[in-house]
Amino acid sequence: MNLAIQPERPKPNSASKAKAIIETRDFSFAYGPTQALFDISMDIHKKEVTALIGPSGCGKSTFLRCFNRMNDLIDNTRILSGQIKISGIDIYKRDVDVIELRKHVGMVFQKSNPFPKSIYDNIAYGLRIQGIKRKSELDEVVERCLRGAALWDEVKDRLGDSALGMSGGQQQRLCIARALAVKPKIILMDEPCSALDPVATAKVEELIHGLKTDYTIVIVTHNMQQAARLSDRTAFFYLGKLIEYGPTEQIFMNPENPKTEAYVSGRFG
Amino acid sequence: MAKPKLHRFAIRSSRKKTIEVIVANLFRLMTYCVILAAAYLFFDITANGSKAVFQGKAPFINIQFLTEKPQTLHVFEPLEPYNEIQKRRTQILQLQSKRKALGSNDTEQRTEYSEQIDNLQAEIERWDAQRKAERLKYSDDAYRALDHTPDLSMFKHQTYAYSGGGIGPAIIGTCLLVLGSIAIALSLGLLCAIYLSEYSRPGKTLQAIRLSILNLSGVPSIVFGLFGFGMFVHFFGWGVSIIAGWFTLAIMALPVIIAASEESMRAIPRGFREGSLALGASKWTSIRTNVLPYALPGILTSSIMGIARVAGETAPIMFTAAYALRDQLPWEGLEQPTDFFFQGVMALPYHIYVVSSKIPQNEYTRDMQYGTAFVFLFIVGFFALSSILLRIHVRSKYKW
Ligand SMILES: Nc1ncnc2c1ncn2[C@@H]1O[C@H](COP(=O)(O)OP(=O)(O)O)[C@@H](O)[C@H]1O
Ligand SMILES: [Mg+2]
Repeated sequence: MNLAIQPERPKPNSASKAKAIIETRDFSFAYGPTQALFDISMDIHKKEVTALIGPSGCGKSTFLRCFNRMNDLIDNTRILSGQIKISGIDIYKRDVDVIELRKHVGMVFQKSNPFPKSIYDNIAYGLRIQGIKRKSELDEVVERCLRGAALWDEVKDRLGDSALGMSGGQQQRLCIARALAVKPKIILMDEPCSALDPVATAKVEELIHGLKTDYTIVIVTHNMQQAARLSDRTAFFYLGKLIEYGPTEQIFMNPENPKTEAYVSGRFG
Repeated sequence: MAKPKLHRFAIRSSRKKTIEVIVANLFRLMTYCVILAAAYLFFDITANGSKAVFQGKAPFINIQFLTEKPQTLHVFEPLEPYNEIQKRRTQILQLQSKRKALGSNDTEQRTEYSEQIDNLQAEIERWDAQRKAERLKYSDDAYRALDHTPDLSMFKHQTYAYSGGGIGPAIIGTCLLVLGSIAIALSLGLLCAIYLSEYSRPGKTLQAIRLSILNLSGVPSIVFGLFGFGMFVHFFGWGVSIIAGWFTLAIMALPVIIAASEESMRAIPRGFREGSLALGASKWTSIRTNVLPYALPGILTSSIMGIARVAGETAPIMFTAAYALRDQLPWEGLEQPTDFFFQGVMALPYHIYVVSSKIPQNEYTRDMQYGTAFVFLFIVGFFALSSILLRIHVRSKYKW
């Protein structure tokens, strides 16, 4: 059995290369002395949902947070090798402005984190910090984002109410709407449904599904069904290594690596 | 005697249970003792202090006491009661020494002496009441304004330093000191705290900084006083001045403010910071919009509390800002506006110290001491209370 397999690339059809929006090459990453990611190479495709799965602690969140450099906030983190290119630009080059990067690559967190402000102010936040103050413009964006996040009908009469009064699922969708406000191209989601009940989860999933037409979505999930339902491609991580990556169908129905097979069939993890 | 049969869960007495009860009651007793002591303190100061601050007739508050400068008190004691009292005092003394000289067998004689003393005592009290009713008290200003002084053949004229007038300048001085040092300490402390909690990287240096800040809060206040004296009064050449007092008090309050602010900021969930950073906020923007507003209630409360404590200290302002007596209010007699900062002021804690220890004590200083203490307590309490109200107000605005 060969564990150090080269990650399986999606079938190299001619279009796929052109469609790659995030290209990761031999990327290794460490928290201080402990290495968390080992030589990861994978392409994430434009306007697709890519799921990252794997047992907890395998580095999914770490990898995801590398795409918008959220790991910069943690002390002593290092990139040991490799690079990540987004839209062809190496995002760890010195001349990259993380602020611009993060506007381009939005993020939704595992624990929904609406700010303790009104629903309206939550959405408008991303624009206000860019100096946009015009009421009409803000109104327009708030409505667009709430509609985009399928929240508009539920909250349009109480935009001034605190976001903390919403249900858990609504809060998470609000966070997605908030991320949409700064017009990102890519949205990273770290287990966005892990704290939600099945009904709320279904709504968020539906939303993600709808967003696919306009955005590239990378989603971390520990829920196998969710990955299967939502994603076009799935990457399986184990102990900081990318074990297998390919079209979701293939990963679930016909995995090449026995570890992947064991994981997706629920025998460990 | 047959004991009633105990069921499985019945209460059985044991040593452990006795100890339990004793310990619980001990704790309760100690707590009550503390509460009692605090209550007595407040009661004592309020009861005695309100004599100086309030009065029986409208407007019920002794405006003079709150606004006037401290002055020498001129008292005219009516001569007759005065002499009568003195005479009886001498008699009592004589009787007491006679009683002492008696052998242990003369019980009859002893009781007789005691009775006589009691009688004299009662008479003294009657004369004293008359003396109080008839005596005339003038503060220095009022005395000078008199058309004709009371007849000295009927009255005995005595003067008591600091016992007349009021504490107006001290109230103003203390308020100025507190407000100024709040402003300085809050801005300095907040900047430090933001740096420490948001920007600095954890490590040995940070620990050393924290430790030294913590140690600063253990430094006795008199040392801060000396430091302020050396640094601001002499080295910077500010002299005994409001501004030297501000900085001395502010530095003294800094440790508390930094620690409290840091703690308040740490209590803000990481998600708020990450959430805004992920939307493309710069670090400072995220702190300004998503950390400080929510941390502010906590910061303000503990800071104002900290300052209120510090403002009560006599030692740090004794050498740096406080005058025992100053004729002018801070805004009087300024040659140029900046002079405002470079003048000493009177302050309540220092005034209490002066009237309690620097001048001969008499029945008139007591009112002054307690009155000052009462007003002081009230002002400090006011600051503490307003900080709490502010906290409640801001807290209800920003809740998560
Ligand atoms: N802030 C951190 N500092 C140090 N080590 C971390 C930190 N975050 C995660 N790790 C380590 O990195 C590894 C991967 O973690 P993570 O990416 O959170 O896994 P996952 O999201 O797949 O559960 C784990 O071994 C974890 O202990
Ligand atoms: Mg994770």
